[in-house]
Amino acid sequence: MKKVYGSADEALEGVLFDGMLIAAGGFGLCGIPELLIDGIVKAGTKDLTVASNNAGVDGFGLGKLLDTRQIKKMMSSYVGENAEFMRQYLSGELELEFNPQGTLAERMRAGGAGIPGFYTKTGVGTVIAEGKEVKQFGGEDYILEEGIFADLSIVKAWKADDTGNLVFRKTARNFNPPAAMCGKICIAEVEEIVPRGSLDPDLIHLPGIYVHRLIQGEHEKRIEQRTTRKREDA
Amino acid sequence: MPWDRNQMAARAAEELEDGMYVNLGIGIPTLVANYVGDKDITLQSENGMLGMGPFPYEGEEDPDLINAGKQTITELSRTSYFDSATSFGMIRGGKIAAAILGAMEVAENGDLANWMIPGKLVKGMGGAMDLVAGVGRVVVVMDHTNKHGDSKVLKACTLPLTGKGVVDRIITNLGVLDVVEGGLKIVECADGVTEDDLRAATEATIVD
Repeated sequence: MKKVYGSADEALEGVLFDGMLIAAGGFGLCGIPELLIDGIVKAGTKDLTVASNNAGVDGFGLGKLLDTRQIKKMMSSYVGENAEFMRQYLSGELELEFNPQGTLAERMRAGGAGIPGFYTKTGVGTVIAEGKEVKQFGGEDYILEEGIFADLSIVKAWKADDTGNLVFRKTARNFNPPAAMCGKICIAEVEEIVPRGSLDPDLIHLPGIYVHRLIQGEHEKRIEQRTTRKREDA
Repeated sequence: MPWDRNQMAARAAEELEDGMYVNLGIGIPTLVANYVGDKDITLQSENGMLGMGPFPYEGEEDPDLINAGKQTITELSRTSYFDSATSFGMIRGGKIAAAILGAMEVAENGDLANWMIPGKLVKGMGGAMDLVAGVGRVVVVMDHTNKHGDSKVLKACTLPLTGKGVVDRIITNLGVLDVVEGGLKIVECADGVTEDDLRAATEATIVD
């Protein structure tokens, strides 16, 4: 059971194909799989459908895969920070499926847990409900949403051991666990691979059963909105 | 004088009670955090955090610690972190007592529109649809009229909805209204605003 690979290129070897569905972790630019995105750019895989809460920014994160026109369709909740995304979408080059944020997260979690569909109150009476089955429970309407079963998951964690047990850091956890769960194959990139036994088993955020391949590398971890307060305000 | 942004935020903070878990939207709702005073309020950030702290001091920004508006923030002694599915589980599951959100339009039946203007740049609903569908109480904070002077408090929303019949209370620069059977009920008027002023600026049906 060798999970640790030397680079993103090596870890992506043999798992990419044109037209595939990729689930990506991250919220904004926080906790995104930077190295694996670069690897997919290099591999040149085309016609991708990417399930990710956001679409990166121009020239960083998933924005790189938009610049190279490798993405055919995005499944996201918020895409406002990317001018190239908007240009491709408005010109009809890029398909977009809006998902409410919690619905997207639950669709990933459900896919990973073997649940093909679930009913939710989110989006009832809105455009999101169009074409979806409506069912009443306790006199209230709920809509049917489907689990996401991805061909590949790409996620970013803070630390891992060589068996793929993952620990995330602060709000960089976000979509990474549900995205990791819903892929047939999951590749995780981490800041540090630590010796087996050095992570507290009670404090593992995502068990290694969900992680098939693992790389360690340097991350830029770009900040999208740097907001601070002055010391004299304290 | 109608209320300014800070006065609206201060009024919205009065909606919060000791012990509540609350989600604040972007814009004026974010300012509500400045007016909770001594009340024991835990702020949720839907990207996966309970117990959101203030902005960091310069030089102490952490790229792994942001709020739902992607701004750098800090943690508190009570803070916990979790993944997005868990985060929206607590939202959808009704564990969050209240959400205070901005709006483009609100209707007298509680319909809310705050995510999309057809023909304009469409950014997405983010977590707004989940929040309004799931939290215990939805309080909208917004200007009563748009920049052309048209009412944003309507008989029916014209923009695509974020949620149907989800709003409980509306706080605007002119006053406070509740969504009740048959229309909206005036709870209070802003300082120096009369009930007639409020009615004149409101397209929605006002019931007594």
